Amino acid sequence: MSAHPILQARGLVKRYGRVTALDNADFDLYPGEILAVIGDNGAGKSSLIKALSGAVQPDEGEILLDGKPVHFSSPLQAQDAGIATVYQTLALSPALSIVDNMFVGRELRKPGFMGQYLRQLDKPAMRAFAREKLSELGLMTIQNIDQQVETLSGGQRQGVAVARAAAFGSKVIILDEPTAALGVKESRRVLELILDVRSRGIPIVLISHNMPHVFEVADRIHIHRLGRRLCTIDPKEHSMSDAVAYMTGAKEPGDKAA
Amino acid sequence: MTQSAPKGQSFEHDLEKSDKRVASFEAHSKGGLHRLQHILHGNPTLVPVIVLLVSVAVFGLIAGGKFFSAFNLTLIMQQVSIIGILAAAQSLIILTAGIDLSVAAIMVLMSVIAGNLAVYSGWPAPIALLVAFVGGTVAGLMNGLLVTKVKLPPFITTLGTWSIFYALNLWLSGAQSIRSQDIDANAPLLKFFGEALSFGGARITYGSILMIAIFGVLWYMLNHTAWGRHVYAVGDDKEAAELAGIRTDRTLLSVYMLAGFVCSIAAWASIGRVGSISPQSFYEGNLQSITAVVVGGISLFGGRGSILGALFGALIVGVFQSGLRLSNVDVLWQVFAIGWLIIIAVAIDQWIRKVSA
Repeated sequence: MSAHPILQARGLVKRYGRVTALDNADFDLYPGEILAVIGDNGAGKSSLIKALSGAVQPDEGEILLDGKPVHFSSPLQAQDAGIATVYQTLALSPALSIVDNMFVGRELRKPGFMGQYLRQLDKPAMRAFAREKLSELGLMTIQNIDQQVETLSGGQRQGVAVARAAAFGSKVIILDEPTAALGVKESRRVLELILDVRSRGIPIVLISHNMPHVFEVADRIHIHRLGRRLCTIDPKEHSMSDAVAYMTGAKEPGDKAA
Repeated sequence: MTQSAPKGQSFEHDLEKSDKRVASFEAHSKGGLHRLQHILHGNPTLVPVIVLLVSVAVFGLIAGGKFFSAFNLTLIMQQVSIIGILAAAQSLIILTAGIDLSVAAIMVLMSVIAGNLAVYSGWPAPIALLVAFVGGTVAGLMNGLLVTKVKLPPFITTLGTWSIFYALNLWLSGAQSIRSQDIDANAPLLKFFGEALSFGGARITYGSILMIAIFGVLWYMLNHTAWGRHVYAVGDDKEAAELAGIRTDRTLLSVYMLAGFVCSIAAWASIGRVGSISPQSFYEGNLQSITAVVVGGISLFGGRGSILGALFGALIVGVFQSGLRLSNVDVLWQVFAIGWLIIIAVAIDQWIRKVSA
């Protein structure tokens, strides 16, 4: 683990009327790690993630990517800067094909006249690229890449969404509850996919309520409580019940000599 | 980095033996009906094409040579050309999960504007048409801004603008038609699309050719450009499209503007088709264009269907009207048949959309 965090937040504050969702929250993600973010409902973890992914703008504090301050006014800007988010809803268009979904917003055009003036898409190149990216992640038993996404199972859709996030040179991937809607078998496959993505050197922020999954894949666990980071723990040195106790306030991190 | 414990949770250990492919896309071997549903799901224009071919065959048998003559078949094309072009514009809106009740109102208003300028004010016809094209696009922009910025539902927006455009049209025209001979004398260019290529008994008007050309261009834009894919994505799931990085409001605005522009082309074509410019014409055009789109298998819920379906839908309606008329069936049964066509088309769409993996 290198010394410089790739994605950092310092003193983020976000208020909604009289509710303070983020109260001086800090955040650090190091290269090559899987950082799980856990917290009870209402702890502000989704506000934190939305701030990092550009969906909301913090009132105070700063976000640093590669050590440089960044300001995102939309998810699109965060994406362009290299922060790809796989939302719980996946943000896939069910009626469009796998290829179309992977390239939405960054389609490839044919070279020459057809592409430049008639703006024709380079469908063969897009298919080849999508096929390559899906194979890299071991998802490529797909026979028909033009298949509509709505005909895929939940795990397959998750796979397509993760492949899309990983395919375009992202520096960071944020996964929001990737296994929440999946069965046992598909959850397992998605966890393997997450480890696979890390092994490609892309750090991952994993938001999950599923403690066994978090403890299995995470390198560090960021515990969010009352709008700020309570502590960061090492899953090898703490138990799940410790984590739950910190998260709910039943125990303070100092209580246990770690 | 990774844990030393056995992989996964204890209750998951037996999974080793199970099929672990998550993205395996097996070939299905299910019943015929299920397969049909899948085929139709993948090829949404198949239903209208089959219905068109079958209805042509059936009316050919019933009405015989009268129906099947080159003259009658090209006449059907000519009769549906205006509603067909409006249906092309309507398809764009419906693909975004909207609906446009103002397409025909935009068209008639623009034909009145072009006619007033060219026939009464003595403007050169090309300039008058250009004003109409810009006007149609601006009318579309108005619909688009109300939908995207004011966030009104498309149905209500266009219900309102339908009345507004219709009232403007009555005001500008003084509720008077511009006579055919006045157009001939002052601006024959306005009637260009009424002219035709004739060979044998066939009479293909430029208006019919224009309709097919418009569908061809829009089909290309929707299927082979990024813009077209975005139109489908926005209609399918606007929020997902936004999160995936599409500027959905911009896409919607462009769709409404393009639809308005296409309506103004329809305005030019309608002058050729009707001969005169009547502010009261095509009052039912809005609804007829929706009929063509729905019969053509484009889903009212957005994001599904091919724009070519609307062309086939318009032709199906034309074939039914012509076939029933030539079979000496009372006009009321034409209306009756079209009603059933709409209901059956939407029912089939519902069934296709329920496709399961």
